[in-house]
Amino acid sequence: MGSENIPMKLIYYPGCTLKNSARNFDVSTVSSMARLDVEVEELERWNCCGTVHALGAENVMNRVAPVTNLIRVKEAQSNEFMTSCAMCYNTLKRANNDVKKNPEKLSTINEFLNLETTKYEGDVDVLHLLEYVRDRVGFDKLAEKVKKPLKGLRVACYYGCLLVRPKEVAFDDVENPMIMENLVAALGATPVNFPLKTECCGAYHAVASPEIIADRTDKIMGSASEGDVDMVVVSCPMCAYNLDFRQDDAKRLNPDFKHLPVLYFTQLMALALDCGEEALGFELNHIDPIPALAARGLD
Amino acid sequence: MNTTMRLSSSVSRSFVAKIEKISGQKLLACYQCGKCSAGCPMAAYMDILPNQIIRMAQLGMQKQLLASRTIWTCVSCLTCNSRCPKNIHIAEVIESLRETALRNGQRDDRLKIWEISPEVRSDLPPIATISAMRKLTS
Repeated sequence: MGSENIPMKLIYYPGCTLKNSARNFDVSTVSSMARLDVEVEELERWNCCGTVHALGAENVMNRVAPVTNLIRVKEAQSNEFMTSCAMCYNTLKRANNDVKKNPEKLSTINEFLNLETTKYEGDVDVLHLLEYVRDRVGFDKLAEKVKKPLKGLRVACYYGCLLVRPKEVAFDDVENPMIMENLVAALGATPVNFPLKTECCGAYHAVASPEIIADRTDKIMGSASEGDVDMVVVSCPMCAYNLDFRQDDAKRLNPDFKHLPVLYFTQLMALALDCGEEALGFELNHIDPIPALAARGLD
Repeated sequence: MNTTMRLSSSVSRSFVAKIEKISGQKLLACYQCGKCSAGCPMAAYMDILPNQIIRMAQLGMQKQLLASRTIWTCVSCLTCNSRCPKNIHIAEVIESLRETALRNGQRDDRLKIWEISPEVRSDLPPIATISAMRKLTS
């Protein structure tokens, strides 16, 4: 843990979606970490994480993309790195666990990547931003750094699948994680009980079966609404898309559906740490969060 | 001790062996408690429930399994895996069925990305498109 004045350095893997439709997640991650004295350095030459972990027991091919990223981390003279995207985290962490457990698989991948000058030897750790803030920065220090406490803001924290399943990659309880609730509480907000917080949003059915997503969004956001919340926070750009951008479909399905803003947890951090308007990127959120924040005097 | 089930057809026997190999799961460990189906967020959109998938896989019911909607509905959220009291990875079994269907040599993909309108495609986050293609195409 770094002292107050020496910034901690941290290699950061943004992933494709944070450089595209979820730029608000990227910019709020980098600026809030700077306020926490963490110098975030984007990984050089990063490539696709693989997006989904192929479940076949003997699968090797789909581990190549994640392992290439782990090689890049070694080349950046580090033995760990952080990502804030839940999907990247899950895929990178699972591939890492798999090759650490199966040396013969790792040697096949290293042979396949024979043009790489660095070999991967299972010597890099994958961290998610939430666990980094909890374990390295500390929620007490985060609370001290808050300039605009989110007083009165009622927040439902949504984990979806990828932060908690399988349990080998979970950094909190699989059925009832509380890490995001503890984080928003440190920011001065009020976390609210949310029974469907680990229920799947429907993920990639967004592409070919949007009717499934409309139904999932109706049920999940409906569960959040029962807690009389101002917004839902997430850590996955896939969940964010389904729960935020598909609310109009949910409304068509259920006329009683109540629209709610969906924010990345880093956007709440950037707001509470007073990182400035550019660090929030609210223009990329589908449901505008500003009215909900204004109602609590937080705009 | 390995328990085996006597299946009369050799086609069924080799299908069971293939699914167990790809998924890395012992199908006969399942005692049909139904917890996987009870917690499945996609069950409402399936024609065959996850516990039924496991039973049919034990019996080598290749034709019915590969024709089911369920194998395309499961999104690997892993709720079933994390709640199974016998530690069977149901999602891995379903993925092995999906892979078997996709690798039948017919290139019978479940997602035809060119049929999705350019407006929808440009609206989708990259991870949605890439993960859908990884799961639903050969």
